[in-house]
Amino acid sequence: MNYIVPEFEIERNPNKCISCGACVRQCSYEVHYFDDDGKTVLADDSKCVACHRCAAVCPTRAIKIKKYDMAYKEHFNWTPTTQKEINLQAATGGVLLSGMSNNKPYPIYWDKILLNASQVTNPSIDPLREPMEIRTFLGKKPEKLEFDEDGGLKTKIPPQIQLETPIMFSAMSFGSISFNAQKSLAMAAKELGTLFNTGEGGLHPKLEEFKDNAVVQVASGRFGVHKQYLESGRFIEIKIGQGAKPGIGGHLPGEKVTVEVSNARMIPVGSDAISPAPHHDIYSIEDLRQLIWSLKEATCYKKPVAVKIAAVHNCSAIVSGVARAGADIIVMDGFRGGTGAAPTRIRDNVGIPIELALAAVDQRLRDESIRSCVSLVAAGSFRNSADIVKAIALGADAVYVASAPLIAMGCHMCQQCHSGKCNWGIATQRPDLVKRLNPEIMYKRVVNLINAWNHEIKEMLGGMGLNSIDSLRGNRLMLRGIGLSEKELEILGISHAGE
Amino acid sequence: MKKVIAREEHCLNCKLCEVYCRTAHSQSKDVIKAHLRENPVPVSRITVQGDNMLSVAVNCRHCDKPACVEACITGAMQKDPETGVVTCDESRCIGCMTCMTVCGFGVIKSGKFAVKCDLCQGEDMPACVKNCPNNALVYVEVGGAE
Repeated sequence: MNYIVPEFEIERNPNKCISCGACVRQCSYEVHYFDDDGKTVLADDSKCVACHRCAAVCPTRAIKIKKYDMAYKEHFNWTPTTQKEINLQAATGGVLLSGMSNNKPYPIYWDKILLNASQVTNPSIDPLREPMEIRTFLGKKPEKLEFDEDGGLKTKIPPQIQLETPIMFSAMSFGSISFNAQKSLAMAAKELGTLFNTGEGGLHPKLEEFKDNAVVQVASGRFGVHKQYLESGRFIEIKIGQGAKPGIGGHLPGEKVTVEVSNARMIPVGSDAISPAPHHDIYSIEDLRQLIWSLKEATCYKKPVAVKIAAVHNCSAIVSGVARAGADIIVMDGFRGGTGAAPTRIRDNVGIPIELALAAVDQRLRDESIRSCVSLVAAGSFRNSADIVKAIALGADAVYVASAPLIAMGCHMCQQCHSGKCNWGIATQRPDLVKRLNPEIMYKRVVNLINAWNHEIKEMLGGMGLNSIDSLRGNRLMLRGIGLSEKELEILGISHAGE
Repeated sequence: MKKVIAREEHCLNCKLCEVYCRTAHSQSKDVIKAHLRENPVPVSRITVQGDNMLSVAVNCRHCDKPACVEACITGAMQKDPETGVVTCDESRCIGCMTCMTVCGFGVIKSGKFAVKCDLCQGEDMPACVKNCPNNALVYVEVGGAE
């Protein structure tokens, strides 16, 4: 007897199904199958994850995926999902796992913040007619500039990263995502003049050509880290925490550690790649400082070093410490950030929203007069260009996006990344699935998405009467809250709409 | 001449090329009617060989010196001297299928007449190429064949 009710139901329109079998061959979850007659297509609803691959590939749109309409006795507290999770754990005794990001209905502050626009007193700007600057520089900025008698610059400028857009691609390792997915992001980053991030998976030799657009990550497992790797990236990112699973390490199951993944990570084929929860050489800010300066020393002080932390309760104090430890860039990942796999309870209950963390951190660094010592990069779910504009006005120098470009590449948020069966060829290492993602097609879709967002950012800047993204950075006067409490407004550092 | 080139590294084994080939060569040109209402169901000129791990769509190569044209006993199988496209003139074909037996690629299908790829003459791009979801089929100039 099975206690678990299927989540979805396949509705196949017999007037449209031509029995071509594309759904049968495309479903890695083996939902669809031919009946004994070889013509009638049947489905096992219980296996469906609603990834929509079958519906997308069906040439006649004969397939509709519906919510499984099982009635439960109404109970506000013991919802069908709650009961299902209990039954899953009762059957297996295991920790619940999920992919992607926190799917609980916590407040999304981006939707409670409104942007300003110019009217009479300062004119708005049309970005199609006038120059509009969204070029972004990341890195430690000098406190003041000094010039010699001839007007030449005397101050030594620390290494800076030039980006043609404030949007970068977040860390997703080769291992958690497929080679083709990472290659698509690398190609897109090159065309857009921005950066992709290797995650903790090392840099695949075939992606060496994109090293000028790579951020190389050093995380607690130290997979794939060597001198050449450190020198390959534009900057080095020490990953302390991840928004989707603060306080938790990583675990790439052995079945995903193929020959290629093992080469990039420098671990045996088929072995589990376990990134510990802490870095075993970092138990204090002083230890982190040692690692930051060791990495700078190893790369002759040519590469900025970033530190990525999850947005948690005391993040402003933590970021202040990290800035003083010598980081050039600090990345904060909010609790809606994505992951290839996380314990469901951690994903849905740990961490805080990036909006509040970002505002608090930017204010703290300003209060301590060390804001210009670091660049702030916000991560943890930017759904559109307006979210990004609001983040920059709250104090971010740039943002990381990952879920949005994955959606552009086919992701339908089925949250089964941890299963390794991604039908869209993204979160999988199975060769028959990986090849479904053709980088030639997908990189272009990602480029289109970011170019569209760049246009929209320029339009919004123009509307505010600004002609440079630098004029928006930390400019909270451009923001107003709607439906927020006094405390929320205080933390965000913004006035309420109408004020 | 322009030919359909299959790139097996991108082929998904979805066989949509077959579906759209049948549709393009149907009476109705409608994907549902062609498969559910027409009798006989049109024959696909392209066939996906292999399985999900390794598959490739195979269709007529429109050879420079086509064995099928040489072997045709009625002169129905012809290679257009200008376009290079090899087609079967159904008004002359007697269905002896000698062409099928001599084709080195196994891309001629049997029916009342010999059935084979005509590169969707009159269209910008063959239906199989136009509808391939992963660019596993491309329609490119490969030279030769005049």
